[in-house]
Amino acid sequence: MIAAAPVEVSVFETWATILTVAATAVAGDVLTAAAMRRIGDLDIIRARSGLAGAVWAVVWNPLFLLGVLSMAVSFFSLLFTLSNVEVSLAAPASASLTFLGNAFAAKLFLKENVDRRRWLAALFVCAGVFLLSK
Amino acid sequence: MKHTLSPQRYLILLAVMLSASVGDTLLSHGMKQVGPVSIAHLGMLLVAMRNPWVVTGILCLLGFFASYLTALSWADLTFVLPATAFGYVVVAFLSKYWLHEAVSAYRWAGIVLIVCGVGFVANGPSLTQHPPVDESADVLTGGSK
Repeated sequence: MIAAAPVEVSVFETWATILTVAATAVAGDVLTAAAMRRIGDLDIIRARSGLAGAVWAVVWNPLFLLGVLSMAVSFFSLLFTLSNVEVSLAAPASASLTFLGNAFAAKLFLKENVDRRRWLAALFVCAGVFLLSK
Repeated sequence: MKHTLSPQRYLILLAVMLSASVGDTLLSHGMKQVGPVSIAHLGMLLVAMRNPWVVTGILCLLGFFASYLTALSWADLTFVLPATAFGYVVVAFLSKYWLHEAVSAYRWAGIVLIVCGVGFVANGPSLTQHPPVDESADVLTGGSK
């Protein structure tokens, strides 16, 4: 496990790395969701082509592969962030920003109907995740 | 149009909620038995792969990813994500009652907020209805044509 290093980092650097983690996590989630929307209902695909057919349809989808790549970049960005920023700030801040960013990105790119109910959910979950670290 | 989910799909969402948190807790338990892994001794990761807690944890996380992708194939991202956040609540309960860790008042407040957030979306439609679009239309640029 990477421990928080006592290295002094600027406020800009701290938030730039946290934002990078959140932005790449949002990209991963949105790309994966877009891939699954394009592939279609996995229950139907599994009924038609079996489990192997469903797995095949997912793992060869370019959007899915891009999504997984973004998730990997996000993971390594988090590791880098944790080596410079205290875990008690980095982990909840990036997770909370990811929840909010996903609501914006889902509305913008996936054209999801993010109504008042879903905005409230994103805000509540965002605040809740932050409080869990206290 | 309101999209309601079948009991089988609620089971998939339950798997999304539980598998990640149970997997993380199992990994945490297993890695404490294995001991610290440093960059200089990455071989320890192979030793970790022989620990049954770690292996079960990894299987749980694989199950999480499979159920998460399945859920995304029939529900909106903004519907599924709060369900994944519910995993934090499960972790808090597991850490209190299984690992016997202290859970502060702040964390209980966080748990209440997450439960409320999940409740908000769970009562709404699971999928946005779009009018039928051209097959060639790209999902990411669907509205910009």
